[in-house]
Amino acid sequence: MDWFLQQLINGLALGSIYALIALGYTMVYGVLRFINFAHSDVLMLGAFSAYFLAPAVEKIIPLPSIAGALIIVLLSAVICAGIGMLIEFLAYRPLRSRPKLTVLITAIGVSLFIEFTCQHPAVLGADTKSFPRLLVENDLHLGGLVIGSNDLVIVATTLLLLAGLWFIVQHTKTGTAMRAVSFNQQAAALMGININRIIAFTFGLGSALAAVAGILYAMKAPGIDPLMGVQPGLRAFVAAVLGGIGNLPGAALGGLLLGLLETYAGGTPGLSNYRDGIAFAILILILLFKPAGLLGKATVEKV
Amino acid sequence: MITRPIFLLGSLGILLSAFTGCNKSGGDTILIGEFASLTGKEATFGTSSHEGTILAIKEINAAGGVLGKQLELKTEDDQSKAGEPANVVNKLISKDGVVAILGEVASSRSLEAAPICQENGIPMITPASTNPKVTETGDYIFRVCFIDPFQGTVMANFAANTLKAKKVAVFTDVKSDYSKGLAKFFKEGFLKAGGEIVAELDFNGGDKDFKGQLTAIKSAVPDAVFVPGYYTDVALICIQAKQLGLNVPLFGGDGWESETLVKLGGDAVEGHYFSTHYAADAASPKVTAFVDAYKKEYNGKVPDCMAALGYDSVFFLVDAIKRAESTEPAKLRDALAATKEFEAVTGKVAINENRDAVKSAVILQIKDGKFKYLETVNP
Repeated sequence: MDWFLQQLINGLALGSIYALIALGYTMVYGVLRFINFAHSDVLMLGAFSAYFLAPAVEKIIPLPSIAGALIIVLLSAVICAGIGMLIEFLAYRPLRSRPKLTVLITAIGVSLFIEFTCQHPAVLGADTKSFPRLLVENDLHLGGLVIGSNDLVIVATTLLLLAGLWFIVQHTKTGTAMRAVSFNQQAAALMGININRIIAFTFGLGSALAAVAGILYAMKAPGIDPLMGVQPGLRAFVAAVLGGIGNLPGAALGGLLLGLLETYAGGTPGLSNYRDGIAFAILILILLFKPAGLLGKATVEKV
Repeated sequence: MITRPIFLLGSLGILLSAFTGCNKSGGDTILIGEFASLTGKEATFGTSSHEGTILAIKEINAAGGVLGKQLELKTEDDQSKAGEPANVVNKLISKDGVVAILGEVASSRSLEAAPICQENGIPMITPASTNPKVTETGDYIFRVCFIDPFQGTVMANFAANTLKAKKVAVFTDVKSDYSKGLAKFFKEGFLKAGGEIVAELDFNGGDKDFKGQLTAIKSAVPDAVFVPGYYTDVALICIQAKQLGLNVPLFGGDGWESETLVKLGGDAVEGHYFSTHYAADAASPKVTAFVDAYKKEYNGKVPDCMAALGYDSVFFLVDAIKRAESTEPAKLRDALAATKEFEAVTGKVAINENRDAVKSAVILQIKDGKFKYLETVNP
């Protein structure tokens, strides 16, 4: 029983990280209908921003502390929002009228460009760096079970950000404009919506989310390197598709499911070798029988 | 009008290279080739062995060289990438005309270069590739480190005798030949020593979350956990094991030895053990002299085992050149194969019929953020 409950905790903690990353994927997709593959690299840049900011912030506010961590997260989110908007402006905006496939391939190009530039010794270097401690870690012990305080922070942040995003998209003017752009770009433009501004805002918001996710991920596993985004990025992308891409609660659900699957498969002797295979096989099955994803609505593509 | 000078230049180039090709055994220098991962994933290992190699060459040249000639090192970076060793080793042999090749740290890349050296009849000495297959390639391939079956057995005996463990869990990196090989030989040795393997789980090198597997390991209640992985993964595994309350010793092989292990792992790696090639704090005068020289050369940096093995590989080669009184590859090979007692920094080396070094291993414990010498295990 302990084994089962502990794995449930592990899986939820891992899953909420995937969920948090998936939120960024799904939001950009919702507005622009393409997968921003550079999302996982912005996540890595978020972790590195915090890595470089921490010593500077520590001079003013001692670390680990909640105030210090909040400032670092906010600054990193601002930096990454800027990077995200820059990527959109330089790489995606000029291609907006081209076929979606062109943009998709460009996104992969941007992703590889960031990864390999950052591995150069003059930029970040390929070796693993030790991530500074931002928060005091107090693990909760309930009988034989252990709940990490970092994991609680991750779950709480994911819930908060999910609620915040939901509010922005559903209840603000900008959110209404985002939905309008996602529904029909040309019609939205005719209604007086500044398309460029809305898309830039979406990218900024998505990249800020990536920065937060990157920092939380680095707090969970305090070794960071330029390729650290690749693996969680892939999982989160899968989670977004699993939950129904473009759907915010779907991304969260997909992330949690993937985290649980991976943990239960990984924690079963004899199966641990196949855990990725099992997780992805289930993804394929779900897509075969529910192509729009778990919470997605089936729509007919207009041609 | 333009083609002619280019043609002339081209033929001049061919002529020149032909000349230098003929010149390889002449002149007043002996040219030695080295290929190493100076950048990329295993850059910390590659750089260490390279620094050790350079230090050795400098010392030998300062002492008057070998056979009255100075040593010259030609180094190529293979970027920790598959495919690259073949390119650079081909270049070192056919274009530069080296008399011997030193490299690589990683077994998979040594395995790539070995057939090329064998075909060309150029002796190759790997400083730190522990996979048995490397020297099986042919009679021109040597190593100055021990092999994984030995290291696996050493750790099995250590677990049974020193840790007094009856039940051990094994946690293997399925992506790495090194890890799988070591796990296999450990299991064989530990079962032979009367122990029991209570759980076997796998991870992928580069993973960040190991809690699923570690929870399963914890519920199997082992006395110790064998983790034959590389330092980055090991550090994260130690952190998460500690969080989950898995309070038993973790131990592994030479893939643990890097400053990064302690930097990432902090107090989570305290008290754990690994086997390796030498201990920087061992009392032997040979080790002390090497550590002092290395610190002087590289701003007070303490040499790790890769640096020591890189250093040893040069002296091992030079010892053979002296005995062969020649740099002719065939004579050099015979002299290398005849090495019976060579005093290296990493211990006494004898070359057996498989061209592997027969030597002792040491076991280190992580204490106060430092690697402390615990015991020496003889073959």
